[in-house]
Amino acid sequence: MYTLSSEDLGILALSLRVAVVSVICSLPLAILVAHGLARLSFPGKTLVDAVIHLPLVLPPVVVGFALLVLFGKHGPIGSALDHWFGIVFAFRWTGAALASAIMGFPLMVRAIRLSIEAIDQRLEIAARTLGGSRLWVFASITLPLALPGIITGTLLSFARGLGEFGATITFVSNIPGETETLPLAIYTFTQVPGGESQALRLSVIAVALSIAALATSEWLTHRSKRLQDDDRH
Amino acid sequence: MIAIDIEQQLGAFHLRIKFAAEAPIVGLFGRSGAGKTSVINAIAGITRPSRGFIRINDLSLFDSAKGIDLSLEERRIGFVFQDALLFPHMDVGANLLYGQRLRSPEDRFIEQTRVVELLGLGALLRRSPRALSGGERQRVAIGRALLAQPRILLMDEPLAALDVPRKTEILDYIERLRDELTIPIVYVSHSVSEITRLADTVVVLSEGNCLAVGDVDEVMGRLDLKPVTGRYEAGSVIDSRITGHDAHDQLTTLAFDGGLLVVPHLDASIGERVRARIRARDVSLSVQKPSGISILNVLPAHVTAIAEETGPIVDLQLAVGNVTLVARITRRSLRQLDIRTGQELYAMVKAVSFDQRSVGYA
Repeated sequence: MYTLSSEDLGILALSLRVAVVSVICSLPLAILVAHGLARLSFPGKTLVDAVIHLPLVLPPVVVGFALLVLFGKHGPIGSALDHWFGIVFAFRWTGAALASAIMGFPLMVRAIRLSIEAIDQRLEIAARTLGGSRLWVFASITLPLALPGIITGTLLSFARGLGEFGATITFVSNIPGETETLPLAIYTFTQVPGGESQALRLSVIAVALSIAALATSEWLTHRSKRLQDDDRH
Repeated sequence: MIAIDIEQQLGAFHLRIKFAAEAPIVGLFGRSGAGKTSVINAIAGITRPSRGFIRINDLSLFDSAKGIDLSLEERRIGFVFQDALLFPHMDVGANLLYGQRLRSPEDRFIEQTRVVELLGLGALLRRSPRALSGGERQRVAIGRALLAQPRILLMDEPLAALDVPRKTEILDYIERLRDELTIPIVYVSHSVSEITRLADTVVVLSEGNCLAVGDVDEVMGRLDLKPVTGRYEAGSVIDSRITGHDAHDQLTTLAFDGGLLVVPHLDASIGERVRARIRARDVSLSVQKPSGISILNVLPAHVTAIAEETGPIVDLQLAVGNVTLVARITRRSLRQLDIRTGQELYAMVKAVSFDQRSVGYA
C-alpha cells in the first residue's frame, strides 16, 4: 500500500501553502493589470505587457537571481520591506511564494485578460446608463463575466507554482521545512544514493496534484459557464 | 423638451447638430452614416462633443461654456440599444432590477409591476436572456431602461435586428408606453415607416447636419427632403380619426382634414386617432372624376408643387383639404395629362395599399 511519511506530508503541506499564498496574493493585482491591459490604452502599454510576460520566456534562474538582487536582505526592495513592515523574503517560504507568484503571473494575467477582452464593452456602457458607477459596473458585470478566465488563470498559476523550481532554488535556496517544496525535494532525493523510491513517491504526488488542479479548473469553468447559461443563478 | 446644439469632429466626419423639440416621441431620422448614432451617443454621454450644450427639460447634461459634463450614470438616460444587450449572467428579473436598485426609493416614479404588466414580461422573469426571442429580449431591454427611472428614453434602432412580426409587436408596445407613461422618447431610425408611425416631431439628419425639424406629416411630405427621406419611401402622413367600420367587407373608414379614407379593417374603436401613411408611389392621378374603377379612395386635390428634376419619375405635392399628399407618376403621364401647378384633379389611393405597418394609433 502506498503510504506517506510525515516528511512527505510536510513537503506536501509546504508546497500547497506556497502555491496557495502566491495565488491568493497575486490574484487581485493580476485582475487589475489584466483589466488595464484589456480596456485602457496608455503610452508604454506594450512595454508593460512585455515586462509581465518576461518570466514566461526568461530562464527561471535569471528570475530567481533578479529576485535575490532586488528582494534579498540587502536588496533595495528587500531591505525596505524588512525595515518598514518587517517582511522578509530571503530564505523564507514567503520568498518561495513570491517566486511562484512571479512565475505564474503572466499565465494568470493572460487568461483573465482574454476573458475580459471577450466581454462586449457595450454591456458595461449599458450598465452605466442604468446608473452604475465605474466601480460597481466592474464588480457586477465585468468580474462575473470574466469568471471563467479568472478560474483558469488562477489554476494555471497554481499549477505553475507547485512546479516552480529554478527561480525558487536560486532565490531562497533549498532549506528543508522552510523552502524545500515538492520539486526541490524530488531533486534532492535524486541526488542521494537510494533516494529513488522517495523521489518516485513525491513524483506521484506531484502528478496527482497537477491532474487534480486541471480537473478542478475544467469543472469550475464548466460550472460557471453553465450558471451563466442557466435559468437560475 | 430636448434642446441640442453640439459640434464634434469624428475622424473625417464633422457633426454639427442644432435642434429643439418637444413631443411625446421625437424621431431622429437619417440614412446610415447621417450622424444619428453620434447624436444619441453624445446625449447619453458615451462620447463628448467638442462644444455646445445638451439640455433635457431645462437640465443641462452637457454645456461646454459652463463646464458641465455629467457622467453616463448621472444623466439618467434610458438607452435601448439595437441588440438589447441584456446581462447574460442574470435572469430577466435581475436584468430588470439592475437600474432600479441603483435609484433611491424617492426617485422612483415608474413601478416594477406596471412595467412588467405594460410590456407583458410576467412569464419571463425567471428566464435567462439566452432563452428569449429577439422581440422578448427587446421588451426586457425597454423595461430595464424604464425601471432605471430615466429622464428620457433613447431608442437606437430598436427594431433593426427583428423580423417583421416582431417589429409590429414592439411598435405596439412602444405606443402603449407613450400613452400610459409620461416619459419623453427619442426614437432613432432610418425607417420612414417606423418614424411616421411613432414620431410626432421629426428631426432629419444628413451628413452630420440637421436638415429639418418639425411635425412629422409636414416634414415627411416635403419634396425638398426627398434625397434624404428617399425615393422609394417618399410619402405623406395623415392624421385621422376612425368614423366607422364595415363589418361585412371588413373595412374601416377614417376621416381627415381633406375627406374620408377607406382602409382594411383596423382593430380600434370609433373616434380613436389613427395615423395613416400613404406612399407617393401608391397615389395615382386623374384629371377627370374617375368612374368604373376599383380604387376606393378618390380625393379631390390640387397641385401645389412639382419637383424640379430630370429622370423618368416625378413627384407632385398635392393639397387635399388642409393635408399635403405626395404623388409619384411618370414624366410621360405628367406630359400627356399636361398637369400644372395649381391644377384641380383627383388623387386615387387603393385601400389595399394600406397595410398594418402603415396605419398606427396616434
